[in-house]
Amino acid sequence: MNHTRRNFLKFMGVAAAGLCAASAGSALAVSGAGSSIKDSATAVNAKRWGMVIDTKKCGTKEAIDVLAKACHSVHNVPNIPGNQNVMWIWAAGYEQAFDQPNNYMDESVEKRQFALLCNHCTNAPCVRVCPTQATYKRPDGIVAMDYHRCIGCRYCMAGCPFGARSFNFMEPRKHLDLTTLNKEFPTRMRGVVEKCNFCVERLAYGKQPACAEASNGAVVFGDLTDANSEVRKLLREHYTIRRKPALGTEPGVYYII
Amino acid sequence: MLEKALKGSPKYYLWVGFLLLVIAGTSGAYVMQLMEGLTITGMSRDVSWGFYIAQFTYLVGLAASGVMIVLPYYFHNYKKFKDLVIFGEFMAIAAVVMCLGFIVVDIGQPQRMLNVVLFPTPNSILFWDMLVLNGYLMLNLLVGWTCLECDRQNLPHPKWSKILAYVSIIWAFSIHTVTAFLYQGLPGRHYWLTAILAARFLASAFCSGPAILLLVIMLTEKVTTFKAEAEGIATLAKIITYAMCINVFFFLLEVFTAFYSSIPGHTHSIVYLFAGYDGHSELVPFMWTAAAFAIISLALLIPPKLRNNVKLLPWSLAILVIATWIDKGLGLLIGGFNPTPFETIAPYWPTGKELLISLMIYGTGALVVTILFKIATEVKQETGASQKPAPVAE
Repeated sequence: MNHTRRNFLKFMGVAAAGLCAASAGSALAVSGAGSSIKDSATAVNAKRWGMVIDTKKCGTKEAIDVLAKACHSVHNVPNIPGNQNVMWIWAAGYEQAFDQPNNYMDESVEKRQFALLCNHCTNAPCVRVCPTQATYKRPDGIVAMDYHRCIGCRYCMAGCPFGARSFNFMEPRKHLDLTTLNKEFPTRMRGVVEKCNFCVERLAYGKQPACAEASNGAVVFGDLTDANSEVRKLLREHYTIRRKPALGTEPGVYYII
Repeated sequence: MLEKALKGSPKYYLWVGFLLLVIAGTSGAYVMQLMEGLTITGMSRDVSWGFYIAQFTYLVGLAASGVMIVLPYYFHNYKKFKDLVIFGEFMAIAAVVMCLGFIVVDIGQPQRMLNVVLFPTPNSILFWDMLVLNGYLMLNLLVGWTCLECDRQNLPHPKWSKILAYVSIIWAFSIHTVTAFLYQGLPGRHYWLTAILAARFLASAFCSGPAILLLVIMLTEKVTTFKAEAEGIATLAKIITYAMCINVFFFLLEVFTAFYSSIPGHTHSIVYLFAGYDGHSELVPFMWTAAAFAIISLALLIPPKLRNNVKLLPWSLAILVIATWIDKGLGLLIGGFNPTPFETIAPYWPTGKELLISLMIYGTGALVVTILFKIATEVKQETGASQKPAPVAE
């Protein structure tokens, strides 16, 4: 072999290409291996998780703030002032929550506040539009997120008709009290989208979602496909509505008015 | 041929140097955005896309516009466009480069960008937009460069380049259709949720894009020996006029549907943009400027006497560009996010840093145009194609 510069460069080129291929191959192998997450012995499972919120029992800003505090502290949701804020669950009036205006409404409903959160839609537009599958649908109906895959394009925020998603415009950890951090749940980095996850990490240990637990029974969580579940019992006994049903996203959160 | 971009007059160097200075100066703002995040922009939880994505959308139109020259030349054998084709293709390259730039600066985690390729997701329109935009870039690079090289060597264009040119014509329609699909398939965003959005995008692209192209070609004529055929220019102006008429017509269709049906979701965005809503009227002066400019541009372009007046034409085109830019570069995005899903108004205005970063990308685009047009005009000069009657020595 002639040790010319040309040959040397050729060799280096092939070697570099080989290295790239090898590392890409191993990366693919890792991602394709399929994660085998073990359920804990106490885990609760469902075919379709859903939520019923009794707005007669939990219909004030103060009551909903209790839910928000429970949720936000357990999920390390930063408290950012201004319009670049992050919210998983929050309070809003009837007109903001439901697109069914009524000029002559019952005063109690008019003044009532409604807890808004991700609806974990059956036909979730955010899942449909996500270009990296960072937002995905679990078999149990929960719309979950991989914060490490999200590129922060915010297409899901444009896609969500419920305004349920927040983007980390800035470093969220600067707006967290690091001494009271929940070490069981990850903090996020700047530049990714986040939202309510129906407490999937708590269900894995048989716990109820944090908001349901803090609600004194006003927020009930359960399997919508199980006719004997408590959510189905409430849906049988009360007239309930969902947000923007005409859009066909099939929300999993029901409101007793 | 790239060497032609390296040798030029002092004026050329000065211009390139100026652009480099602009890019370098404004990139400081981008470094700041990389360090602090998108919080330095005016975007918010409710208006989660802003100036960047709006510019991206507008520039996809510029990229698609070259087809208004390429199509008559290849499909209708319209020879008067022969020497303009390369400028259409090169403008498309610069436009796509800017489009990609605006996407990159808009995403929160740019270092993860390749996740779009590593985890291909066909149900996401963004995935398809990535494919068609990069494909269009490659097509124009390949066809434009090859044909110019052949021209320089007095060789006939290879057959495959003609086939690829045909493909690129269809492809040009696809890039703007897919970009419109990014918006028009979203439930709950009423201003975008309309079947005519893609058609509106194309109509607005086919007037504003060639208008910008024509303005840049006029500028090129000023600083080089290149001289486009008058008949070719007149035809392009006619195409621009037709497209602008269709663009305005399509918008009026939206207005009719919204207001005759009186469905709140359909009217609210338009009311917010043109009259103000819920005490907010930030965009009203802009939108009426756009409306007035659209009408003025048509008044100056429809009568053949005014349209063929070479002194007046650049002004008519500039007015048209401003009208379409406000419509698509401001109104479309802000109107789409307002009212928010909570029927509230969330005002948005780009910050200074956001505008600086946008300037960085526009500067990059201008640099690409300068270099590519320099090469193209030099080759034209060499081959004596479309030259001024008495070349002035510099």
